[in-house]
Formats: sequence, structure tokens, C-alpha cells
Amino acid sequence: MSLTAETLTFRYPGRETVLENVSLTVSPGERVGLSGPSGRGKTTLCKLLAGYERPVQGRVLADGNPLSAFSGPCPVQLIWQHPESAVDPLLPLAESLAEGGAPEARIVDALHIQPAWGKRYPAELSAGELQRFCIARALKPGVRYLLCDEITAMLDPITQAQIWRFLLEETQRRPLGLLIVSHDAALLGKLCTRAVSLDPPPAG
Amino acid sequence: MEPVLHVHDLSITFTQNDPSRRDLEAVRRLSLTVEAGQLTALIGSSGSGKSLLGHSIFGILPDNAAVGGEIRYRGQTLTPQRAERLRGREIVLIPQGVTYLDPLRKVGSQVCGGRGNRARVRDALGRYGLPPETAERYPFELSGGMARRVLIAAAVVNKPRFVVADEPTPGLDPRTARRILGHLKELAQDGAGVLLITHDLEQALTVADRVAVVYAGETVEEADAGDFAAGRLRHPFSRALWDALPENGFRSIPGTQPAPGETGTGCPFAPRCPRSDAACRNAASIPYRPIRGGLARCLHPEGEELS
Repeated sequence: MSLTAETLTFRYPGRETVLENVSLTVSPGERVGLSGPSGRGKTTLCKLLAGYERPVQGRVLADGNPLSAFSGPCPVQLIWQHPESAVDPLLPLAESLAEGGAPEARIVDALHIQPAWGKRYPAELSAGELQRFCIARALKPGVRYLLCDEITAMLDPITQAQIWRFLLEETQRRPLGLLIVSHDAALLGKLCTRAVSLDPPPAG
Repeated sequence: MEPVLHVHDLSITFTQNDPSRRDLEAVRRLSLTVEAGQLTALIGSSGSGKSLLGHSIFGILPDNAAVGGEIRYRGQTLTPQRAERLRGREIVLIPQGVTYLDPLRKVGSQVCGGRGNRARVRDALGRYGLPPETAERYPFELSGGMARRVLIAAAVVNKPRFVVADEPTPGLDPRTARRILGHLKELAQDGAGVLLITHDLEQALTVADRVAVVYAGETVEEADAGDFAAGRLRHPFSRALWDALPENGFRSIPGTQPAPGETGTGCPFAPRCPRSDAACRNAASIPYRPIRGGLARCLHPEGEELS
């Protein structure tokens, strides 16, 4: 039982290869840190793992099955760096939150989402408030793996600590498998059970 | 010497564009000082009103905003008319990202703003490690780090006395971010006053001389950058920010920052503050007062006995 990337290669049509022969496994209960320089393909790897893009070669399996085999919310959910571009600007937040099924009250509470925010539109809330909605929206009951792509890079340290405290608890409770992308080595050190890097291995 | 910039009790209120015509007070009591040759960081989370300060300095707030309090630039009140005369020359804004560049104009003409010549553009680009041919590029051909350096080059080509940089580093890898911050520090070392607006406390502390902390539209503390690591902070919110950094304990506190219009009486941080009491919640106003070489808006600052 795990989320597995098997020898993924990816390029956008007519462009250079972004990822070549990348393999990765994330098991439930595990928190895998992913680092690497800008432009190295960390976000692209997340998009492949969550099914937003298809690899040119290789395959992605969630608990042994391709993502297309699942009905309902995808068991692999991606949370993006910029929540303001991950919610419909014309929908009140309560409707965005209910996409893919009603959210659990427990999760909404734990993320300190205020009931009044639900009537607001994304432009009326801060990035920290919107990111709480995006996380609550992603944590539907069938979800087993969460891909966190710099999800707190634009948040203040208190909000960052609060969100990660919640996610660590939730990871153990379910258990969830986490892939955590960050440039912040200290943050990855606090969060991860294992680290991988997209840097090429050193020669020799 | 007169500070380059002095902001005293700035308030910014928006009249809602809906039938309620409700007023929303986004900034309530914002005060800070930027000295020549120094880099002051304004730290706050998103929604705290910190970017609005930048926009109000340059007189570029939307029409439904009403501004109270005072902004003084080099000893004189900075009215929107005066800001219009100075901006782009003596006082400049380095905006957040590539979307602030005109996508249909080549970089070179944007860097000189139509006033410089080729040699000056080349010098300005070269200063930030950009090759001369960058002048012939269009914005879409730049990486995020290059675009930020172009924005800096465009802002400082006329040797400004006061620079505001609004969140210049998100999305950049640590090496590029350090380089951008280093450029801002150089501007201060060359004599300009620099205001760095950011949510990233850790980064700000690597370059700042002074730090102002804003919460829910109020400055709650102004301190020397060294006060953070030395444990000399005054306001419990600044202390909580420091303690929440992953390398300092990663401690979180419950609750969220109140949104504009949701702040009641008293200290906006009181509901989340371990040191608050009834007086904090009920005070009509809490003075911004000097404490141990800094300023703090707090009835029970860190380091004082709680009764």
C-alpha cells in the first residue's frame, strides 16, 4: 500500500525534458520531504502524482491502481502554493469548500475556519485564510495521500506552524502519506520522516 | 537628523462598493520610522494591511479608500500631490512580480522609464548581474528571479532616496532570495532609506536594521532586528512569531488574525495572547510607547511581571 511513481519521464510537447526516470514511493504515515532548486520539476512531479499531467513514460499507482481506476474524489490530492489561484473567484468559499462532498466539521474547526468566511469571495480573504479552505477541501474521507507544494511559503510563521500542527495530527490519525515540497530546510527538518532531493546525484 | 520616512497613526478605510456602503477599516494605527542608510522591515501576515501602507505612501490607493493620520517624507507631510511629483524619482516602489512589467514593452525601455539612455540601462542591468541583451527581452522571456532584478534595476536607476520593496522574494529559491535581499541592503548602505514589506520574518532578519511588526492593521512593536534572537522582544505577538519559526520551536498559538472590520475594542491580539487580561480586551486605545529602546503597543509587555 503506497503511492508509487515508477520511472517517470515528462516533457511538455516540443520542450526539453523536465523529469527523467524519476521514481518515488510514499507510504501512509510517512512524511517525505522533497527539495531541489527552482525549475527542477518539483511542481511537475506533484502534478504527475495527482493526475493533473500524464507522464511520457512510466506510471503512477495509488495502492496498486492507476488514478483513473478511482471514482469520487481522487485519493491523491495536491495543495498548491498559491491558494488564491486554486479557488473559483466567483464562488463564495462555502461552495468551494463543498466541492467533492461536504467537509467534516471536525476538520473545519481544527483549521480555525470561521463560519462567516464561508459567505465571502476569495478576493475578500487573506492567503492564510484561503489556504485553510484548500486544505479542508482536499481532506475528503477517501483521500490517502496529500501533496503539499510550498503550501505555507507565503504565510506568516504562526499560521505556518498552526497548519502543520494540524496536518501532522491528521496524518497520524488516518494515516495519510505526505509529500512535502519546500525550500525551507528547517521546516523540512521539523516535518519529515524521510527526505528526497531532485538534485542529480553527485558524480563519482 | 530627520528620518526619511515617518508614519504616524496611519489609518486606511475602504467604503464598500456594495449596497451596504459599509466602511471597512483595513489599517487602524500604523506607525513606523525609516532612517536614511537603514533597512526597516515591516512584518505581518497576509491581510494585516502591510501592503496598503506601501500603496498609501505613493498615493496609489483606490478611490474608495480614505486615509487618516500622517506620512512625513524628509520632514514634510507627504500629500498625494507631493508623492506624485517624487515617485519614480526620489521615492520608488519595487513591486511584487513580473505582472507589474508591461508585457508588450522590451525590458530596456521599462528600466529607464523613457528618460535614460542605453548606457545607463546597461549599467543598471549590470549592477544586478543581468547581461546587456536583457534590455532587448520581453518580460515573458525572464525567469522569476530575473524579473525581480529587472524591477529593482528599474526602481533604482534614478538613485532614489527612499525605496519600498513589497514582498520581493516569494517563489524564489533561497540563493536567489538572498541575492535580492542583498541588493536591497546595498541600497541602504549607499544611503537610501529602505522599507522591506514581507511576511517572512526569518529572511527579513538577515538584512534588517529595524523591524516593525503589524497585526490586524496596527503596528504592535518596533524593535532592533537583534532583539529577536536576543530575547529582548516586547510584544507577545512578536514573541509568538519568533517562537513559531521551525528552528525556534515551531510553536503555534490558536485562533486567527481578525479580518478588517472584525476588530472590536482593545488589543486585536488579546483573544490569542497568553498575557492578556480584561483590561487588554476593553481598553479604548493602547498607547504605542517606548519600552527598552523599542516601541510596543501593549499593556503587559514581555519582561514585565504579570499581576
